[in-house]
Amino acid sequence: MNPQDLRVILATDCGSTTTKAILIQKLGDEYRQTHRGEAPTTVEAPFEDVTRGVLNAIQEVEELSGRKILDGERIITPANGSTGVDIYISTSSAGGGLQIMVAGVVKSMSAESAQRCALGAGAIVMDTLASNDGRPSYEKIERIRQLRPDMLLLAGGTDGGTVSHVVEIAEYIAAADPKPRLGLDYQLPVIFAGNKEARSQVQRLLGDKTALSIAENIRPVLERENLLPARHRIHDLFLEHVMAQAPGYKKLISWAGAPIIPTPAAVGMIIETVARRERINVIGVDIGGATTDVFSVFHGAFNRTVSANLGMSYSIANVVAEAGLDNIRRWLPFAFDEQTLRNQIKNKMIRPTTIPQTATDLQVEQAIAREALRLALDQHKELAVGLKGVQQERSVSDAFTQTTSGESLIDMLALDLIIGSGGILSHAPRRVQSMLMMIDAYAPLGITQLAVDSIFMMPHLGVLSTVHEQAATEVFVKDCLVPLGTCVAPIGTGKSGEPCFSYRLLFPDERVIADTIAYGGIHVLPLATDQEAGIELAPARGFDFGTGKGKKLVSKVKGGVVGLVLDARGRPITVAGDEEARVEQLQAWARAMELYPRTED
Amino acid sequence: MAHAYTPGLRVTSDIVIRRRRLLPILGEVVVTQGEPVTAVTEVARTALPGKVYPVNVVNQLSITPDEILSYMRKREGETITKDEPIAENKPFLKWFQVQVRAPITGTIENISHVTGQVFLREPPTLIRLAAYIDGTIVEVMPQQGVVVESRCAFIQGIFGVGGEMVGTLAVAVQRPDEELTAAHLKPEHNGQILIGGSLAQKETFARARELGVRALVVGGVHDRDLKELLGYDLGVAITGTERIGFTLIITEGFGTIPMAKRTFDLLSAKVGQKASCSGATQIRAGVIRPEVIIPLSQINDAQSSVLSPQSLGEGVRVGDTIRVIREPYFGILARVKDLPPELQRIPTESEARVLVATLPDGQDVVIPRANVEMIEE
Repeated sequence: MNPQDLRVILATDCGSTTTKAILIQKLGDEYRQTHRGEAPTTVEAPFEDVTRGVLNAIQEVEELSGRKILDGERIITPANGSTGVDIYISTSSAGGGLQIMVAGVVKSMSAESAQRCALGAGAIVMDTLASNDGRPSYEKIERIRQLRPDMLLLAGGTDGGTVSHVVEIAEYIAAADPKPRLGLDYQLPVIFAGNKEARSQVQRLLGDKTALSIAENIRPVLERENLLPARHRIHDLFLEHVMAQAPGYKKLISWAGAPIIPTPAAVGMIIETVARRERINVIGVDIGGATTDVFSVFHGAFNRTVSANLGMSYSIANVVAEAGLDNIRRWLPFAFDEQTLRNQIKNKMIRPTTIPQTATDLQVEQAIAREALRLALDQHKELAVGLKGVQQERSVSDAFTQTTSGESLIDMLALDLIIGSGGILSHAPRRVQSMLMMIDAYAPLGITQLAVDSIFMMPHLGVLSTVHEQAATEVFVKDCLVPLGTCVAPIGTGKSGEPCFSYRLLFPDERVIADTIAYGGIHVLPLATDQEAGIELAPARGFDFGTGKGKKLVSKVKGGVVGLVLDARGRPITVAGDEEARVEQLQAWARAMELYPRTED
Repeated sequence: MAHAYTPGLRVTSDIVIRRRRLLPILGEVVVTQGEPVTAVTEVARTALPGKVYPVNVVNQLSITPDEILSYMRKREGETITKDEPIAENKPFLKWFQVQVRAPITGTIENISHVTGQVFLREPPTLIRLAAYIDGTIVEVMPQQGVVVESRCAFIQGIFGVGGEMVGTLAVAVQRPDEELTAAHLKPEHNGQILIGGSLAQKETFARARELGVRALVVGGVHDRDLKELLGYDLGVAITGTERIGFTLIITEGFGTIPMAKRTFDLLSAKVGQKASCSGATQIRAGVIRPEVIIPLSQINDAQSSVLSPQSLGEGVRVGDTIRVIREPYFGILARVKDLPPELQRIPTESEARVLVATLPDGQDVVIPRANVEMIEE
């Protein structure tokens, strides 16, 4: 069917625990998400057939929409009146997602490119090996043996460059004779995407021992990354090998009208698509129970990282272990003894599906979320960098960017939009809580818009973008994103109570609000969704909105369900070290933002 | 909606369980279907290939890779012993001779003409997989492993560390709300699986290790003591490979929490019997909980049920006893009074599916359904 003729679209995302189905329909001239259903994922025993969960989720959509979609265990296509759908598409992260080990010659060059390639394809990178990674060679071999990845991506050498170093890594892999994660009786898929002169040698070493596949060099010359062919090959092998091992997937693949892709890859696709269409710089974050994914598009360059053990349930204790208890406590507007706090966090880890019932419990989880978000962005900044010492080309088609010497591409002043996703952000009791969690964690600079994904449909829309980009972006803007509002924050620090900046807010109806904000405070002004206002910002001496210290900025701000946040807490945000002062400070911020119910103040 | 799916931990006196015993790589299964086994019976074995050590011979001899064969004293497939010369140059004066010696005992696996590396492999390690529980082999997966079935008393814990252990059950405290202190542990507990009450602290761990106790099963521990026991702050609940000298299983959670009376009574009734246990925990999709398995010597077919996923989690119903697993009623056993179908606003202002439960003091409270677990019989 021609994509333009698609009127009824059914999409599922098979997650580790839940399979989520959404129905998208063309209503008049526009595509809208109309119904959703969900059911437990059934990859594991006793069902061991992913399609059971898919059918259950679709049945829920059928019940809610009144549309007959299933004929027994068959999806009816195409749509005809109130029966059937025009296309069924799906993403999957069931069974722990796609786990890849990558290897290259030089750690900061081909190995790093291989890492970016695997992450961009939606994988969890289990380890990155390189000739110069500092580990003795026998340790590298032992590491390859111990890890049981779904796939191995081997890069290294520019075309016509070093052969022996690439072969050396291939020899390590051959010696280790690695086994795949799922099943004992099939060969591990290995992609070689390095120096084309080394292909025959790599074929000789790994051809018999692994399911070797050759892709174009991801670093054909030092000055250029060419990640797309290897990324596509990863997706092909994900379908052919990894998913084929998972129960029920052969049937699922046969139902789908487009290739099934890993969930994080799909989220990346929709963020990349929107950033390209709107010509904006975006950071997207998906904070889950076990992992936190960060996506960024700056000046067209797409990057994704996954922090495999930063999450809000299964990995909650790891957030505390990595951030340190003091960093968690600095966001708590009350005193809490260490032993009780530690035990409470571990109890969440061992019973990950429980939810906070008390306000203090909620505040503890939101404090931990701030640190998980912060740590995940720190890790993202380290990988989202320009090619070391050279000019670069990255990602798809017209996506170009030029930087030097491996500087981070993440420029918080140039950032236009932050999109938050995942239970703690999407389902916070008050939207302002989501907004402040992201502001506290990311400390955005200048003028930054924030939004959350309403019901986690970014994966569905990502895979839809491969079939019908317009439908995907329409639904993304209208039904997926909940605009929270805009944050205005200058760079600099000062003395509490002294002027930080003045503002004039100019509404389309010529109403004007103006005031001066004192350093150390945070305020929110109502500015509704779909409302836009002009703003004139005059920072006090020593403060900077990106135009220079003390220099004015004239711009526009967009509204949202929270409104316009005027953040004069300085950058970096400093929380008092003394417990009593900290509690007073955080409670003042919470009151100003109406963050929690008054009875709990 | 009449019921909710809220799986709990299994604590039962008579049930049939199955355990898959799989080799890490293909090997040989040494038992047959229908064969009775004990926990220590070898069921499968395999030779795990030895570690590989690359030696860069060309660099050490200052030669090029294509010359390597003429400098090698050993060929591919030959055995070598540690410190034995495997390659050497041939100078005019012996004084200048350089020899490359084997860093390990094993075999020459590969000599690379491209990189000049020589790969040496240690001898394989024989892995013998035990049955882990007393029972019968009910399925053989050729070259991979077996499924063992056992009729037993079965207790799941909430979290554990340390691997599989087999020992005799002993109880060291009088009541389930009594802390298991170091003073409770005696030399006769060597080799035993020791049942405590509400808490065990670091001094108890040290004493257990010193006495050679196989496992401790208690209601709770403090996280800071666990950190000290492991030597690191555990971030993710995927455990079972820790080497801490014994296996630790907690049945309720972190903090001082009395062991559920039914768990304590069941374990107490089995004192002196042989049991298998494992601290292995995996709290992810495909959840694994720690367990104590006590094979039944007296089998009563009429009372046994088969543990299958279908028999679990049929849902919480009005009148059921549940355990609250989150603040503010954490650890309390309560009886379900009502299961309202509509979402209700809880104190965090979230809308959640809830149940009304009657606490032991007679008070009725509203609790999110996500925050209770069934007491599985």
